[in-house]
Amino acid sequence: MTTTAESTTTTSQDETTRMTMAVAMNSALDLALDGDEKVILLGEDIADPAGGVLKVTRGLSSKYGTGRVRATPISETAIIGTAIGAALAGYRPVAEIMFMDFMGVCLDQITNHAAKLRYMSGGHSTIPITIRTTVGEQRFGAQHSQSLEAWFMHTPGIKVVMPSTAIEAKGLLASCVADDDPCLFIENVRLAFSQKQEVPVGDYRIPLGEADVKRPGADLSVITYGPAVHTALATAETLADEGIDLEVVDLRTLIPLDMASVMDSVAKTRKAIVLHDATTFCGPGAEIAARITEELFGKLDAPVKRLGAGYHPAPYAPSGLSYLPTSDELADTARELLGY
Amino acid sequence: MVHAQSALEADAAETALSTADLTQMYRTMRLITSTGEHAVGEVKAGRLKSAFYPVRGLEGACAAMGVAMLTEDQLVSNYRSLGDALAKGASLRSIVAEIYGRADGTSKGKGGAMHIHDQSVGFVTSTGVVGSGIPIAAGLGLAAQLDGAARAVVSVFGDGTTSIGAYHESMNLASLWNLPMVFVCQNNQWAEHTPIAEYAASTDLAARAEAYAMPSLAVDGFDPIATAQQLRTALGRARNGGGPTFVEIKTYRLTGHSGSSDYSYMPTDELAAATERDPAPTFRRWLLDEGVLDEQALAEVDKEVIAEVEDAFAFAQDSPQPAASERYTDVFADEKVVSAL
Ligand SMILES: Cc1ncc(C[n+]2csc(CCOP(=O)(O)OP(=O)(O)O)c2C)c(N)n1
Ligand SMILES: [Mg+2]
Repeated sequence: MTTTAESTTTTSQDETTRMTMAVAMNSALDLALDGDEKVILLGEDIADPAGGVLKVTRGLSSKYGTGRVRATPISETAIIGTAIGAALAGYRPVAEIMFMDFMGVCLDQITNHAAKLRYMSGGHSTIPITIRTTVGEQRFGAQHSQSLEAWFMHTPGIKVVMPSTAIEAKGLLASCVADDDPCLFIENVRLAFSQKQEVPVGDYRIPLGEADVKRPGADLSVITYGPAVHTALATAETLADEGIDLEVVDLRTLIPLDMASVMDSVAKTRKAIVLHDATTFCGPGAEIAARITEELFGKLDAPVKRLGAGYHPAPYAPSGLSYLPTSDELADTARELLGY
Repeated sequence: MVHAQSALEADAAETALSTADLTQMYRTMRLITSTGEHAVGEVKAGRLKSAFYPVRGLEGACAAMGVAMLTEDQLVSNYRSLGDALAKGASLRSIVAEIYGRADGTSKGKGGAMHIHDQSVGFVTSTGVVGSGIPIAAGLGLAAQLDGAARAVVSVFGDGTTSIGAYHESMNLASLWNLPMVFVCQNNQWAEHTPIAEYAASTDLAARAEAYAMPSLAVDGFDPIATAQQLRTALGRARNGGGPTFVEIKTYRLTGHSGSSDYSYMPTDELAAATERDPAPTFRRWLLDEGVLDEQALAEVDKEVIAEVEDAFAFAQDSPQPAASERYTDVFADEKVVSAL
């Protein structure tokens, strides 16, 4: 486990510049295209001038040509299928699916093919594809808002990554592209432009499967990832005023899952909340909470709690029905656990 | 007006449009333009947090569909459905309230701008996932066929949607089963930022559709009369057991893809040429020139539409937010399933 994102291993970290998460991902793709001629990009509207939904691929088709940075028809099945095929022939495709909800359209290619081909071929097939996708905002409604990472965690054979900061977005995306297995890289619309920090300009990678303690604390561990990391950090500030010291563990990758870091943290604090935007019921937190309970049963001072979205499709009502876990809910749950 | 070159033999008497039809078409066009512009204005002013998809340019196509469809005919649309919904007669107040995410909306505020529906007028559903409504429309067609009912089902989708598997599966199945359907492709020449020639090897969508062994044709969507006549013929055939038809309505997107998106990438000459043919004002001039309606009658329609739109926005803004308890209702028929989890 590393203690801050900045201290993570890096190949070249001398020069940095302030980047949004979107720009940091663009930088990772730019370097990947530059460094490996087998890297190709596929997706709807990814070529210039559009440059993708979140402008993550902006400038890349102009720089590397539309042969390698290909805008596709609206054909999700063909996008993932051709990425798999090209991967079987030695390429390293990065495919963009505009919104995570549209994974439903190409789920067969992802879960029956990308995730299983290595196994079904007895290790003879390698599918080094990266699927980039976004999780949306409530103003789009139920078919553009779902955090579906649990679907993929439940499918052996595909890695699942969700960064919370710009620097990690760059380092983790670079590692996904270089990885020899299929990786699902989930970008959050809210973070893409709000997250801004110093990011290495050159090649920079963060290994998959290493959690990061975003805030060390003594009283309670919040195990989280993606946008919820920021909810947890904000809550930690509020609770600090009450003398409650939260530790915030950012998983960063869900597969591989750094359970060792989770156990280290909870063994120390003896209390844990798993927090995410995905549905609580059968969500990633269910697995993590169960594992904590199994392994640290005797050391826990309180039950392990899960906080996520309610069991319902994402409601639209942008100002009426909020449904993602809030800082207030997290604070209340933390106070409750500290009462044990 | 240019009339469509048609592969279909339109029965002149059957497809003739009455003065009432023409008046209704004009009214619908104005209603669509005015509601859409009002909504986009609210989004741009930051008063409405909605992913609203403008329908400017589609007014004629939608109004034509409105007069061609009978009340019992059914419609499935997509996220860009305001025009389709209004043409099918869905309640303006409920639609606008839904766009605002309020309790009086068509989905109690839970569906949103992309998911307008009004079962009471046969506007069955609309989808935010490109192409996914088409097989659902085929299912409605299958039900109509099984019922032995003389009703037709219209599936509305965009040009870019012809790239997706669900479209091709549904076209084949509908043709094979002779389903009572009309596939209405609103070809606005763009799929988000991509012009049709950049995503389709063959841009003649009607010709491609022919390969499914169903009658298919293209019609000028800026000619609402020809469009209405062709749709009437196709719908009549569907209701009479003649099977599905593909109708490509050639139009042009007069705005960006979404309510707030940039459209600097659209060629200005193309956009200007299309804007010259802006459906509602063009049709208004035609109605005057042909003596169908006089200035006074048209002004009356204009006034009514403006009042109706203002009323609908005021209604929506006054409508309450959905109650917090609504989060867990409508997940299943029996609410206890969720509460017991
Ligand atoms: C399966 C799927 N892929 C991508 C999208 C994102 N998207 C929304 S609208 C759109 C363009 C659709 O173009 P077209 O069918 O021509 O309809 P138009 O928007 O022009 O009316 C795209 C790519 C989506 N909603 N669903
Ligand atoms: Mg289009």
